[in-house]
Amino acid sequence: MTAAAKTVLSAQEMGRTLARMAHEITEKNPDCSQIILAGIITRGVPLARRLADKLKIITGVDVPCGSLDITFYRDDIQSKGPDLNAGRTDISHDINGKTLILVDDVLFTGRSIRAAIDAVMDIGRPGRIQLAVLLDRGHRELPIRPDYIGKNIPTARGERVRVKLSETDGEDLVVVEGA
Amino acid sequence: METVEKKFRGRHLLQIADLTADEIMGLLNTAYKFKDVSEREIKKVPTLRGKTIVNLFYEPSTRTRTSFEIAGKRLSADVINISTSSSSVSKGETFKDTVLNIAAMKPDAIVVRHGSPGAPAYAARIAGCSVINGGDGANAHPTQALLDLMTIHEKKGTVENLKAAIVGDILHSRVARSNINALKMFGAEVTVCAPPTLLPHGVKALGVKVTHDIREAVADKDVVMMLRIQTERMQQGLFPSLREYSEHFCLSAKVLKSARPDVLIMHPGPINRGVEIASDVADGPYSLILSQVTHGVAMRMAVLYLLCGGAES
Amino acid sequence: MSEAILIQNGRVIDPSRGIDAVQDVLVKDGVIAAVGKNLAANGAKTVDAKGLVVSPGFIDLHVHLREPGFEYKETIATGSMAAAAGGFTAVCCMANTKPVNDNASVTRFILEKAAAVNGARVHPIGAITKGLKGEELAEIGEMKKAGVVALSDDGRCVMDARVLRHAMDYAAMFGLTIVEHCEDEHLVKGGIMNEGETSARLGIKGMPAIAEDVIARRDIDIAAYLKRPVHIAHISTLGAVESVRAAKALGTAVTCEAAPHHFSLTEKSLETFDANCKMNPPLRTADDVAAVKEGLRDGTIDCIATDHAPHATWEKELEIDQAPYGIVGLETALGLSMRLVREGLFGLPRLVELLSTNPARIFSLPGGTLKEGAPADVCIFDTEKKWTVDPAEFVSLGKNSPFAGWELFGKNCLTIVGGRIVYNPSNL
Repeated sequence: MTAAAKTVLSAQEMGRTLARMAHEITEKNPDCSQIILAGIITRGVPLARRLADKLKIITGVDVPCGSLDITFYRDDIQSKGPDLNAGRTDISHDINGKTLILVDDVLFTGRSIRAAIDAVMDIGRPGRIQLAVLLDRGHRELPIRPDYIGKNIPTARGERVRVKLSETDGEDLVVVEGA
Repeated sequence: METVEKKFRGRHLLQIADLTADEIMGLLNTAYKFKDVSEREIKKVPTLRGKTIVNLFYEPSTRTRTSFEIAGKRLSADVINISTSSSSVSKGETFKDTVLNIAAMKPDAIVVRHGSPGAPAYAARIAGCSVINGGDGANAHPTQALLDLMTIHEKKGTVENLKAAIVGDILHSRVARSNINALKMFGAEVTVCAPPTLLPHGVKALGVKVTHDIREAVADKDVVMMLRIQTERMQQGLFPSLREYSEHFCLSAKVLKSARPDVLIMHPGPINRGVEIASDVADGPYSLILSQVTHGVAMRMAVLYLLCGGAES
Repeated sequence: MSEAILIQNGRVIDPSRGIDAVQDVLVKDGVIAAVGKNLAANGAKTVDAKGLVVSPGFIDLHVHLREPGFEYKETIATGSMAAAAGGFTAVCCMANTKPVNDNASVTRFILEKAAAVNGARVHPIGAITKGLKGEELAEIGEMKKAGVVALSDDGRCVMDARVLRHAMDYAAMFGLTIVEHCEDEHLVKGGIMNEGETSARLGIKGMPAIAEDVIARRDIDIAAYLKRPVHIAHISTLGAVESVRAAKALGTAVTCEAAPHHFSLTEKSLETFDANCKMNPPLRTADDVAAVKEGLRDGTIDCIATDHAPHATWEKELEIDQAPYGIVGLETALGLSMRLVREGLFGLPRLVELLSTNPARIFSLPGGTLKEGAPADVCIFDTEKKWTVDPAEFVSLGKNSPFAGWELFGKNCLTIVGGRIVYNPSNL
């Protein structure tokens, strides 16, 4: 971690934030049985799982939860080159007609979300797609707006937002590192 | 020749040795994901949108050409097939000129299948785009070996330290050579089994064990790969008759009794039922022949993605 | 007549007379006039050969000049000039032209063309059999009268032993030696490279060494039985070298030649599928290369011959199984042979023996000596000259060399044929 790292979300804050987001999801979607959560690989997946757990506590409904890999839908394949570490898209429930909520850790340019929407459309036709992000750091390059935001964090373009989750990184913590 | 040699920064797949073991594992991972794509209703991803792939086939081939074509199309690339059974010289245009003409149309990859060993390597020197060896003479068929590895991996959960047998016309088989190289890269012990006339002189250089007894060959193996026998070899005096060949080298249910209960039976196709493989074995529970074909598409998607998917990472 | 030339202060090496000393060589009226110390110029053009080797001109018993019939590959003129550039003052051209040199009119055509060229002498080799078919004897007597110096179906082996036997017997009447391309054509059918570990790995169809071994042995046996001479072309296998060694020990009149590529490269060169490495006999194994070198050293192999086989560039860019066999050799022979000298395999006198003295003796050709009165066929070469092989600079039309980019030591500087300077790029 560089000296310039600045904590923007502690573990405790992260738990509260996700709980609030779960409540917002239930407010916007009175019938939780119509929801499917799709976490964008990598860190969207545990976040979706956590939201599903909280939805279960709030509503008693087991909200299906899957993973979505966007490797083959990215628009920067040409510049970044091939990535042989693609994850597995695993959404076992029928998404047709359902409300599919995309879950990701950080919303930045919006390009990943564009790719995710295309990836979803290739596996079915959901009734609507919503977007939940733990952090919105701004700098949108596409007309994409999240439905649920954990926290807005103003960043400079060159800064790095590092999201750590206990499932993938051993601890819950979000820091912003200088450029 | 120097005048047409192109500076091309991308990469080719001419032989298994062009890949590292890590890359092969990455290709396996990627191919599994593409296998999922092939099982969806919409069997397409936009990954290679705007890319052009040319299948340049100088030998008749249904499986490999179709497999590359479907693979390219499922990646949203445009795929063009050029098939010619006649040799380039009799067609009046040399192989070099054909490659240069295709290259002038700016494809992103050319898949070359050719009866001459080294033809794809030559194409790679002059084409200025990625060249994939779709099988050259008896030299190499790297995508076949990769799809075979995937087929083994799916069943065994690993490709490390296997015991494998390859039975049949090793002398003329590019599939055998590429599979030997690929399996050995992961520590396999490979046994080849054929009449001495269908083994290359200097077979030891391949780093394999040799036997002429199919029962011994299949015993205690994780994988048994059968190769197609061509009647042409009989005319060349390499064995007396198909009847005698199959008496000694056909994988029958009886021979299979010497094998382990979890043995995997593979064949690159097309199969000669009753010649190198008994019909009931080809259709039997150990046979992965159709699974190999399915994996062919997925693995070729992975290879095309690796080679055409933009800048070197 | 040409002007007199006095070559001064060169290291004169003439194994035919056991000379290896710094001396002068005087050339006059087309012949060697004198060899000795401090010869007077007496108005002769002087050439300063200080630090250079003065040698009887090289003689290549085995080249393909392609004319008539394949003038796009090479002509008698370009081949003769390429030879002169390489230090050769005479070359013997094989009969596999179109039409085949199996009759006196083709022989005369070649000699007429050659007479018009200011390069190396050209000695035609006549076909053994009509059309190189290996069936009926060619008109050997007629060709001898027209000027052939030996007989060969090179490119093909005389597979019928009975035909070969009759050819040896019949040719003896005219004092002509049979030159055999030793290759059992059934054993090599469709082959591209040496059969062995490399061909097994690459999946390239092989040409087994035994294809050469068995025919070499057969030919030696026939020659011994008939007590006739036989010359084995481009020897390349350990087995054939051993057969020749054994036969020579028994007094059989067998001679043989080796090509520079067969002591410079192995079958591993084919790993790049470069058709410039496709030749017949093919590049062999390291053991074979070692046997050829030892044969050159101990006298089993009598001479170095290039098997200069020019082809058009486009032909060598064909698929490897369709590309023709052969490589050019006239302009790299000295540099490649000098590698053996630099390795310490033998000294410069042996090198001159292999390139000049012995080839002249084998076919009873003029040249190969600096004896007073002999034709003034001389080359002057620089053993220390370092140069990089660039086929584009070859005088030969054929650019098909696997040695492109090689750094070699030893280059011919000046060539005199019949008393006339035919090659002198740096104006010595």
